[in-house]
Amino acid sequence: MNQEELNNKIAQIKDRLIEIEQPFDNRIYLTCEAQNSYDVSKFLFEDIGCRFVIATGIDSDNCFEVLYHYSYDQTGCVVTIKAIIRDRENPAIESIAPFLPGAEWIEREIHDIFGIEFKNHPDMRRLILSDDWPEGVYPMRKDLS
Amino acid sequence: MKKSVKKPVLAVGPFHPLQEEMEFFQLTVDGEIVTDIDVRISYNHRGIEKISESLQFDQVPFLVSRICGICSASHPLAYVNAVEEIAGVTPPDRALYVRVIINELERIHSHLLWVGLAGHFIGYDTVFMWAWKYREPVLDLLEEITGNRNNYGNVKVGGCREDIPNELKPKILKELDEIEKKTELLTKAVLDDPVLHARLKGVGILSKEAAVKYAVTGPTARGSGIAIDVRADDPYAAYDALDWNVISQPEGDVFAKAVVRLLETFESIKMVREALNKLPDGPITVEVKEIPPGEAVGHAEAPRGETFHYVRSDGGNRPVRHKVRAPSYVNVPSFKASCIGQHIADVTITLAAVDPCYSCTERLAVVDSRNNLVHDYNALLKLSRERTAQLRKELGVPKLKMEDLQIG
Repeated sequence: MNQEELNNKIAQIKDRLIEIEQPFDNRIYLTCEAQNSYDVSKFLFEDIGCRFVIATGIDSDNCFEVLYHYSYDQTGCVVTIKAIIRDRENPAIESIAPFLPGAEWIEREIHDIFGIEFKNHPDMRRLILSDDWPEGVYPMRKDLS
Repeated sequence: MKKSVKKPVLAVGPFHPLQEEMEFFQLTVDGEIVTDIDVRISYNHRGIEKISESLQFDQVPFLVSRICGICSASHPLAYVNAVEEIAGVTPPDRALYVRVIINELERIHSHLLWVGLAGHFIGYDTVFMWAWKYREPVLDLLEEITGNRNNYGNVKVGGCREDIPNELKPKILKELDEIEKKTELLTKAVLDDPVLHARLKGVGILSKEAAVKYAVTGPTARGSGIAIDVRADDPYAAYDALDWNVISQPEGDVFAKAVVRLLETFESIKMVREALNKLPDGPITVEVKEIPPGEAVGHAEAPRGETFHYVRSDGGNRPVRHKVRAPSYVNVPSFKASCIGQHIADVTITLAAVDPCYSCTERLAVVDSRNNLVHDYNALLKLSRERTAQLRKELGVPKLKMEDLQIG
């Protein structure tokens, strides 16, 4: 589909989203609460056929964010889901690895460096931190500069 | 009834004098067939994303170009693409063309390096030495333009740091003709060799379906019939002004990936020629005073696939968050799909077909379930080469000699 069709298709899940921003034709940001990100991801991957690119964890002041980046290669559009995790004490989000094996590693990495739990992840082990790195110390959090 | 039989597991790595980088793959085998594979990474973890947060925007390109020696131009380009989007800055046309020239020259020498390594893994040391000899002029050219064979430090937010002097154009064009001739010979030698056909066809197949689930990019994807390429899909620099083709092959095996890389090298040569001939006059940079608050993504097609950077700014002089995704990070796990069911002699070449950049990722080993070394890296390499020798004997083809490849 072309960009306009893509925009219309994405609007179909707007009830799951807090906001849709499109600063450029080929850059879309979908903000949503953490509990909706699984459905939005599935929609982008399975219904639209976007390619998963990577996920970014962010420690924002009052919340955590997990950004899932997707690419719709036919139009060169990068669609990013911004999942807001409001619970800073026990940050958790549903893993998309069950239907997207390509996301397994990055969810393990975000878990290592931010301490965010990915529920129902098929293989949650350490990825990027060494064996002797202490538990509970998350290097990418802002309080660890 | 489930028998508690210990399955032998093979180990290669993580530290071995013959390996260029450290990595740890664990293969579980049943006889000589791989039944499972696991990868351990992080030996080369350097905390780059954290370091980025303590650098100023203009210092980051120097940091990220050192993530990898052969994706060295792609990381900083992806990063500045993102920052330029936040700042609403477009570099001058000349800079866009210079960026294409540098990045395509990098692709040429990276692909030639790969061809050499692949040859080495299957016992074609002639191809190895030849490919690495004929990539030298490319590195010399890059050194002449940027001052360095790798880690060019040429990209900055707003343009380029070094210009390509017009006086250098004839020399670059002449070298390109030579490189093209040598690559043609190499391609012919590799693609016409019946032993290579037997050795690489049908090996390490990554199906289109698996390629989509593992979200692979670059020649790994294009070799499985997925014709995606950031230069065409979401053009950056001056790619949309040039006449070139996205190369893809449907088979998904190691041979298909080799063909993709070789044919792409020709496209890159064409692109550098065209970019040089069209190189517009003018400045190579615009001044960028501040980066406003905002966020953006920037990507570039590295030799291994899509390099993707996400940058967030809060209006200060450092990135608040900088996420780096190298292509190998997503391509390497596709091993699970392409290695399982393969013969262990084919593991090294299947691994090599992804052209993993370990500094972008990590390294391989196969261990016995009692942690006894059944096959070390040397042994796996030997197995791979023996298989080639066996195939050559069956086909009755003489061994490829250096003299056969000389030009006239």
